[in-house]
Amino acid sequence: MLVHSRTGRWASWLVFAVLFVPLFAVPLLVIVAASFSTHWSGAFPSGPTAEHYAAAVRGESLQALTTSLVTAVAASLLALTLGTWAALAAAALRGRGRRLLDALFVLPLAVPSVVVGLAVLVAFSRPPLLLNGTRWIVIMAHTVLVTAFAHQSVSAAIRRLDPMYEQAAAGLGARPSYVLFRVKLPLLLPSLSAAAGLCLALSMGELSATMMLYPPDWTPLPVLVFTATDRGSLFTGSALAVVLMATTLLVLLAVSRIRTRASYR
Amino acid sequence: MASARAAAPPVVTAARPPRSRTAPKGLWALPPVAVLALVFLYPLGLVVRESLAPGAYAGVLASASFRDALVTTVWLAVGATAGCLVLGFVLALIVAFVPFPGAKAVSRFIDVFLSFPSFLITLALLFVYGTVGMANGMWTGVTGAAEGPFHFLTTPWGVLLAEITYFTPFVMRPLLAAFSQLDTAQLEVASSLGARPARIVRRVILPEALPALAAGGSLVLVMCLNEFGIVLFTGAKGVTTLPMLVYSQAILESDYAAACVVAVVNVAISVGLYAVYRVVSKRAGA
Repeated sequence: MLVHSRTGRWASWLVFAVLFVPLFAVPLLVIVAASFSTHWSGAFPSGPTAEHYAAAVRGESLQALTTSLVTAVAASLLALTLGTWAALAAAALRGRGRRLLDALFVLPLAVPSVVVGLAVLVAFSRPPLLLNGTRWIVIMAHTVLVTAFAHQSVSAAIRRLDPMYEQAAAGLGARPSYVLFRVKLPLLLPSLSAAAGLCLALSMGELSATMMLYPPDWTPLPVLVFTATDRGSLFTGSALAVVLMATTLLVLLAVSRIRTRASYR
Repeated sequence: MASARAAAPPVVTAARPPRSRTAPKGLWALPPVAVLALVFLYPLGLVVRESLAPGAYAGVLASASFRDALVTTVWLAVGATAGCLVLGFVLALIVAFVPFPGAKAVSRFIDVFLSFPSFLITLALLFVYGTVGMANGMWTGVTGAAEGPFHFLTTPWGVLLAEITYFTPFVMRPLLAAFSQLDTAQLEVASSLGARPARIVRRVILPEALPALAAGGSLVLVMCLNEFGIVLFTGAKGVTTLPMLVYSQAILESDYAAACVVAVVNVAISVGLYAVYRVVSKRAGA
């Protein structure tokens, strides 16, 4: 508890409400409200309907939802493996090698996702690896995009890790693989699951690289939201967006179930 | 901060783990690097090669639309980052240390917020501040005027508002994670020793939050430089950023050489700024 006085606490909560509600809660509510209406030309929407949802959970839209989920899970698993491996390998190195490895793996974070899309498109539209027009090119781009996030959050957790534990385990004669799987990874589990949540969420909402790459038979939900809103069906787009948000919430809930009680709070 | 940490036991020189017969440590780094090289570095190299087509650089760098996009991109990114850092720190501070019923729900809410496709914020703002949206609707309802006062959505300010809204959770998330690792006993000690909240924030929480702030801030700076969905959806002719230019050159006009030139410039700026930011934040003690 930082603020002990009653008035101080209420003042901070007021500040929070004034900043949080219009900036973050209102946009969300507005999208939900719009998804249930047929038009909006005043302070509030009008013409309540659930028709947009009926359309949003069948056919093309349902397929887009599964596409998004499969892409996100595949890309996140790949990215977590790659990012964690690189972070652990970097932590074992010192000096120049470590800095180089860290820099290499943050690089995708600094490169615009549109450019990642362009690069993957340019590289895999030609032999030896011809992936353009397949789902793999989308999954690959998503993996590249979220690996940096996985790597960054895992390596930050490794830096915070008390080296005492692994030294104690090694001092007691544990082999390096035993130290890794029984000491380090369990200690890193909270950050790993947090990283998994971040990766899944980002991949499910990814639009810019996907726009450059997606084949007609592998259309993730964000692209569908965009095409709907782009042709003027704002309300259908809102309904699709709500479906996307709800699915992501469910996925995040499932991930947080894995989280151990290792964190303080 | 030194006093707060004085309780840590003195470090005894630890015995180095024996060097075993296993492969040298550098070898373990090879597989992930090889994968990254295939899916990322090689494609990026090809983009650079394509951009070197004769006349491509001269043509793009001379065009006014490119220079406008450059200036717009940079000032939007810097402004949005500053806004996100301030807003994110204040909000995370309250969620973590002045807890209220539902504070947990708020951090869950932030997780979901991260999963929005960014252009959805612009879509929402369209309903809120658009010409016939909520704010203007209320204004005309109350004052009886023919039209409301809010017309900023198609200007850079609309993009700035959308970016601050969208990216603030990216600052809050690492901050909340860092705060949850912070031992609350430190705060209790500081406060029972007579430190006022502002002093505790400055001397105990801020140093502890610096790595998270640096990480979140650098993330947001680069993500703003690279933001595409918000700008695309704003659909304003006056607001073109570099990623938007890459997309329109490559997909709409099929001019891959020009797209690659803009991409190389965008990457150079993003990576350059990011590198500077990392060096600065390391110096700052992160």
